[in-house]
Amino acid sequence: MATVSIPTILRTHTGGEKTVEAKGATVAEIISDLDANHSGIAGRLVNDGKLHRFVNIYVDDEDVRFSGGLEAPVKESSTVTILPAVAGG
Amino acid sequence: MVAGPEGSDRPERFLPMRNAAADPEYPGLPNTRTDPETGERIEELRFGDTFFVFDSKERLALHRDMTGRDEEPVVIYHSHTQTYSEAYPSAIDVESALEPNAHYVIVGTKDPVRHELRSFRILDGVVTEEEIDVVESYMFAHTGADDVPDKD
Repeated sequence: MATVSIPTILRTHTGGEKTVEAKGATVAEIISDLDANHSGIAGRLVNDGKLHRFVNIYVDDEDVRFSGGLEAPVKESSTVTILPAVAGG
Repeated sequence: MVAGPEGSDRPERFLPMRNAAADPEYPGLPNTRTDPETGERIEELRFGDTFFVFDSKERLALHRDMTGRDEEPVVIYHSHTQTYSEAYPSAIDVESALEPNAHYVIVGTKDPVRHELRSFRILDGVVTEEEIDVVESYMFAHTGADDVPDKD
């Protein structure tokens, strides 16, 4: 099971938990598993089949934008970190 | 960004951030996209619009650093420099406001002599302006923390 670090804004879905576990071989599968256990969280991370443009997801410290997006591979022992991007204009 | 102890609502530690949007190759910039057929770069925002994004690798490092110190973002600020723009959250500011405990501060610099400084809470897409209280010491501030005021 991968360990997933949850940002403050999404902890309403996890009962306040800062880290949870999830299984999956890709980021998409991890999100799906998260949603199965923490209903509604997928909708905050994915819009129209694409990752939310202002949410950063890292697998083992690598931003998945640079390594396959939703198809980025996730290992059993991976750490997945979800963070709001800091952006604006 | 200005970080502060978790739950304190006190901005204490200034953290400068590099704008990765200055690099046109940075992936996922909302103001440019590549046409899948021609490979041409297309500007999505009108000329003169500006966008900033904190480099994601640095963002992660900062998060780790803040977590290690039991800190959270208290203030996230940026400037609106264009002559047509107000010191008020834009649509993109609202969309990207995902730190529920942060105060989003905007500095309006369209007037070269007098800048505007305004602060907002942005929660679930709703923008609420708030007053800014400038104090010499947090000892006299209403910061929402229950602990004893600083002695130094």
